[in-house]
Amino acid sequence: MIRLQNIEKVYRTDTVETLAINGISLDIAKGEFLSIMGPSGCGKSTLLNIMGLLDEPSKGNIKIDEQDISRFSDQKLAKFRNQKLGFIFQSYHLINDLRVLDNVELPLLYRTSSAKERKVLATAALEKVGLSNRLKHFPTQLSGGQRQRVAIARAIVGNPQIILADEPTGNLDSAMGNEIMDILINLNKNEGTTIVMVTHDESMAHKTHRLVRLFDGSQVQ
Amino acid sequence: MLKNYFKIALAVLKRRKFFTFISLFGISFTLTILMVATAFMDKILSPDYPDYKRIRSLYVSTMEYKNTKEGWMNRSDVSFYFFEHYVSTLKTVQKMAISSNAKASNAYVNNKKLVIEYKYTNADYWNVLEYQFLEGKAFQQREIDNAELVAVISEETKKAYFGDRKTVIGKYISADNINYRVIGVVENVSKTLYNFSGDMYLPYTISKDYKDIDLMGGYNAILLAKSEANVPKMKKEFDQMVKKLPLPKDFDKIYCNADPFFANITRRIAGDGTSNGLTKVVSIISLFTLLFLLLPTINLVNINITRIMERSSEIGVRKAFGASSKTLVYQFIVENLVLTFLGGVIGIILSVIVIHLINGANLISNMHLSMNFTVLFYSLIACIFFGLFSGVYPAWRMSKLNVVKALKAQ
Repeated sequence: MIRLQNIEKVYRTDTVETLAINGISLDIAKGEFLSIMGPSGCGKSTLLNIMGLLDEPSKGNIKIDEQDISRFSDQKLAKFRNQKLGFIFQSYHLINDLRVLDNVELPLLYRTSSAKERKVLATAALEKVGLSNRLKHFPTQLSGGQRQRVAIARAIVGNPQIILADEPTGNLDSAMGNEIMDILINLNKNEGTTIVMVTHDESMAHKTHRLVRLFDGSQVQ
Repeated sequence: MLKNYFKIALAVLKRRKFFTFISLFGISFTLTILMVATAFMDKILSPDYPDYKRIRSLYVSTMEYKNTKEGWMNRSDVSFYFFEHYVSTLKTVQKMAISSNAKASNAYVNNKKLVIEYKYTNADYWNVLEYQFLEGKAFQQREIDNAELVAVISEETKKAYFGDRKTVIGKYISADNINYRVIGVVENVSKTLYNFSGDMYLPYTISKDYKDIDLMGGYNAILLAKSEANVPKMKKEFDQMVKKLPLPKDFDKIYCNADPFFANITRRIAGDGTSNGLTKVVSIISLFTLLFLLLPTINLVNINITRIMERSSEIGVRKAFGASSKTLVYQFIVENLVLTFLGGVIGIILSVIVIHLINGANLISNMHLSMNFTVLFYSLIACIFFGLFSGVYPAWRMSKLNVVKALKAQ
């Protein structure tokens, strides 16, 4: 489903060159739940961003769903992200000015769906994460766990094949973290969604199919 | 999608109330000034009481002598003699309304001084211009020939001099110790039409200078052609006549022009014998308007950049979930148009209030400004200009934002 070939990422400033990812190659199968672990600054999030087409590698090739995305235009890349990928962030990144339902509808705004369709799909996604009673709330009126569940609903509303989660339980206590993890596992099991998750939490990582460890930008496990 | 943009635009406006206030104040204040200025310009430029035949008219108000060798010149209003002896011979001029510049005289009512501005006119003045007579009528050629001391007064003068009397026809008004018999009362004319506004109108034959044999004097005239199509012919004939005028001593050139209404004004302000100053005046007004619009626009651009950059996390999320740069530019322009539209509405309301206050205060005597469709149209154009100009650059900058950096910014 995702094929990374010899990916390198270098950050350059006027004086310093930092190698964030050093020649990583990785194959992630369809329906796999993979976790990436490693110390802070080892390049986990950078790798996830490259997989999510949010950042470009300095070298190497990425294929997602058999498509080479290296020559995609901004417009095509945006459409590809919209249809194939869903994102979950550690700090949720919900839009506080919009209600829960509007936040979840967001990915559908960039598709040709009617307002009615959007509402139906967003409500269904919120039902899946157990938040159908919070449609009219604003994100600031919710707890951390609830906010992350809204973020998951937003990630799955467009029915993407891949979900990329950057420390989804990082800001939550263990009970809330487990709840979120259960949602992700169910999603993977029931819907067949491919999930790549960056985490610091060993226990969460062990719940996934495969664990990849990074150190100083290189894969060590 | 638009509904979503509106929702977020309104939410953003509510979030940073001070920024919103500054933005809305800037837009509405600038628009108010523009709208009042446009209403004022419209008042001056559109055919207005009593000068409704502008399309068929040319205006003559300056005479200029030049000594091109020495480089000096003399410029003044035109003499009655010039109109009577030269212009009246032109075949294309159907009628000619001659009037003098306004002169001040003193009258006394209950021991209080009343300044009365009077003008001398010919008989055709009342035929070319469409004064509304509230009572009585204008003086005719017979009264002019007899140099009768008769006067047409304005409604304002009637009230100031005679109080609440119903009719004043046949009564006498004393100005500078001369008694004039009132034969007509006309509706007031706005002071912005300085060639036509006056407190009292008298036959030119009672003036002292109408017989002066000179090209320069204290008069101006409207030349009326038979139809609009005849105006260029009239201008051509006028120009040919001016070329044949006898040169005064010490000068080698004479300039006198029959101009359309606005060009006549611009020639007085920024022109001379050879140029009517129209381009200069229009350029200055345009430049001034542009600068006037530019300042609040730059301010708005700055505020917009700050506002947008505050929302970098939202930009990151939208991009991650499938918004292209183009879509985001579109979103932020729509948001900015919502802001400018609100500012525009406030601006229009403020303009109506300011125009009402100006009319009520009678800042310029008898000038009555109004908000018409022309003014509204220009205001809407200004609004859209504001919205697009101040929104495009910040939106473009924001759309170039790197998604990862945008997400980290929170």
